[in-house]
Amino acid sequence: MRVGAILAGVSAISALVGAPALAQDKPFAGVTVNVITQTGAIQEPLQRRAPEFEALTGAKINVIAVPFSDLYQKILTDWASGTNSVDAGVFAPQWMVDYIAGGYLEDLTPRVEADKDIQQDDVGAFFRDFSEKYNGKTYMITLDGDFHMMYYRKDVLEAAGLAVPKTWDEYLEVAKATHGKDMNGDGTPDFGSCIAKKRNAQSYWFVTDVVGSMTQSKGTSQGTFFNTNDMTPLVNNDAFRKALDFLAESTKYGPPDELNLDVSDTRPLFASGRCALNLDWGDVGTISIDPAQSKVMGKWGAAIMPGSKEVLNWATGKLEACTAENCPHAIDGVNHAPFAAFGGWGGGINAAADPKVKDAAYAYFSFMTQPAQSNADVTVGGTGFNPYRTSQLSYSDLWEKAGMSEEEAKVYLGAINDSMSSPNMILDLRIPQNQKYQQVVLDEAVSRFLAGEIDKEATVAAVEEGWNELNEEIGKDEQLKLYKATIGAK
Amino acid sequence: MTATDTMPDAADRRSWAEWLDGHSGRIMVLPAVIVLLCFAIFPLIISAYLALSRFALAPGGFTLKFIGLLNFRKLLVGSQQYHLLGKFGTFGFVQFALLALIAAGLFFLLARYLLRGRPTVVGTVGRLLATAMAMGLAVLALATMAPGGVPGTVVNTLLYVFVGVSVQFALGLGLALLCGQPIRGRNFFRVLFFIPLMVTPVGIAYTFRMLADMQKGPFAPLVRAFGISEWSWATEAWSARLMVLVGDTWQWTPFMFIVLLAAIENQPRDQVEAARLDGANGFQIFRDITWPAIAPIAATVVLIRLIEAFKIIDLPNVLTGGGPGLATESMTLHSFISWRTQDLGGSAAIGYMLLFISTIVCVSFFNFVVRPARRFEA
Repeated sequence: MRVGAILAGVSAISALVGAPALAQDKPFAGVTVNVITQTGAIQEPLQRRAPEFEALTGAKINVIAVPFSDLYQKILTDWASGTNSVDAGVFAPQWMVDYIAGGYLEDLTPRVEADKDIQQDDVGAFFRDFSEKYNGKTYMITLDGDFHMMYYRKDVLEAAGLAVPKTWDEYLEVAKATHGKDMNGDGTPDFGSCIAKKRNAQSYWFVTDVVGSMTQSKGTSQGTFFNTNDMTPLVNNDAFRKALDFLAESTKYGPPDELNLDVSDTRPLFASGRCALNLDWGDVGTISIDPAQSKVMGKWGAAIMPGSKEVLNWATGKLEACTAENCPHAIDGVNHAPFAAFGGWGGGINAAADPKVKDAAYAYFSFMTQPAQSNADVTVGGTGFNPYRTSQLSYSDLWEKAGMSEEEAKVYLGAINDSMSSPNMILDLRIPQNQKYQQVVLDEAVSRFLAGEIDKEATVAAVEEGWNELNEEIGKDEQLKLYKATIGAK
Repeated sequence: MTATDTMPDAADRRSWAEWLDGHSGRIMVLPAVIVLLCFAIFPLIISAYLALSRFALAPGGFTLKFIGLLNFRKLLVGSQQYHLLGKFGTFGFVQFALLALIAAGLFFLLARYLLRGRPTVVGTVGRLLATAMAMGLAVLALATMAPGGVPGTVVNTLLYVFVGVSVQFALGLGLALLCGQPIRGRNFFRVLFFIPLMVTPVGIAYTFRMLADMQKGPFAPLVRAFGISEWSWATEAWSARLMVLVGDTWQWTPFMFIVLLAAIENQPRDQVEAARLDGANGFQIFRDITWPAIAPIAATVVLIRLIEAFKIIDLPNVLTGGGPGLATESMTLHSFISWRTQDLGGSAAIGYMLLFISTIVCVSFFNFVVRPARRFEA
């Protein structure tokens, strides 16, 4: 009752955004909430809106920002050691499982159910049902909708008489045909494809983009990382080998230092007009409409991630042509599996925090995600927030104000909608110690493959053996149970 | 009564004061020892236990399961061997010849000590340990750099330590000798050469990342003017390692420079002037007067840099993230990545191996280079 009453009060106050002078009731006066997140994007909107929230509720939001690479461990160390200097965090839903295992994360289910202003029905089903939840309980409040999409230069493709790629093979054809052309008029040759392939950054997610379109065709609950019968890694097969071929081939049409580029490098490259194709999260769209950063305004488009006309037979490890049976969600014979890589930033609360602080932290996250705030934040590139609510996918004054034309919105928001509404979206790996599987084993093996240290077969062996070893160390049966629970497999 | 009552008190006080006086050295040192035990020895013991355990999160906290030497086995002979030690290539004639040369050199030094010196048990054991370590590291470096081999984080670290420190010492000494000359504006050069040392290592790493950017860095147009537009240092293992070495050298040469400059300025001026009057040239003065005067300081400054160089992490982490592949990853970065991904046991095991290697290398350097240099000066 107490929580419900406070939430009702905060919600009522939140409705008065824009008229703070009228807000008299400050339920959290004197409360300070320490919120940790990454430096830069994501930190920006949290910090910018903190004074607004304080004016409304009296709660002081102290945003602690650390580099992304340190964030997971900082939160874990603070909570596991009992220091508890961090009351709440905005982090990846992937990490939720580790924090829940330690009992550090507060179950937000009753708060969310009592909070009408959060408008959960407006949140995309994938984020509401998968990203925010674990074992049926809500532990996080989504603030950002993250999944990969493909970006392309409309003018370059039109000039070359090329269609927007729908499959990975077509992607390579377009990249090859456009590579070396001057795409921004500066007299220097530009690149057919720009993908972040730096080690210890985001490169391993792009492997899953390609593999997933061949291994997962029957919906999110089929999964793409392990065989749901026995936890065998879905690695020693033709789909994974084809994905490695794609990465190696696309490197030929990328910037010469592509192996040392992360997304903070490829985004300016695309916005400055140097790439014909690019794979990334939704951020590229908002950066491309920012006149301060973009030289491609009105010249770019976005689409759902390319797919495959062949999918993996899990039993044989061979690729088979798509049919109505093995590709029930295919579009024009192409199986698309948009990848919710990272899964979107969300807010979670320290279970050991003071009850009043927990209430204030929840109220803050609720405030941040309510359409009045979030629908504006997702239109600004610097926030790092991408659309995740249905109401954010229609062209509005906010998008127009951000510099997006109606035509661009149709393509960009359409691509987001296509991805977000896909029943075949890939859920990122969310089993305990998932970082070891992805950031260590997969990332290292792919990086060594791209650097030429090991060949394709050695890469397959490295990932398969590494994942099997982790399964044995952590507990194969328990991992299988949790893996199936996270993707909703039967 | 009074006299007999007070006499034992006075005697007690005197004996207490004498005891205090006798132990004053130890008592004065005690607070420092306690602090050291709390902040250095205790974490060392805890991390030793961590290296023999497997960390896992559990409801309400975490668990540490004792697994013996499994973390070390995984790194040395198991699934992570390629990462720590590297992938072994095929030995050819060059590798065998180099190995024979190194073995002969080490054997010669050992034999000379045993036959010509006055060998002690401690001295012999220390030399045997140092020789075994040197031989082991030489085999590892040659095997992983042989055709088909890929160096692991141990060899990468050794490269940063030995090549980096050697280059930094040579450059630092050269600059110190130049600035020790009566040239115009030498104070300006001293400040200029000293600046990189003031910058934080992460700052240096980001600066070099910007400078070395092949797409939008300040040298990008120059590189393109030379027709190099389809190549990047970041995609080749050796050029990436070289870039890390360049950044590290830029930062640490000033340290060598400033210490060696102070040593050069303190060399006996009368001897230098006498040598000049006798017609000695610059090289002769350096060989016979300057070098003997600065040798103990030079050896000490190299030792300090060796210890520091083993811990390199900022530059490879920011410049390349340890890539391409594992090409630029140092042992400290290896340990950090393991820690970051919750493999606390593996991280501690790597840390202990780094401690083992760096201790033997640095103690050997102290015994075989720094101490002889001091005796040489005496």
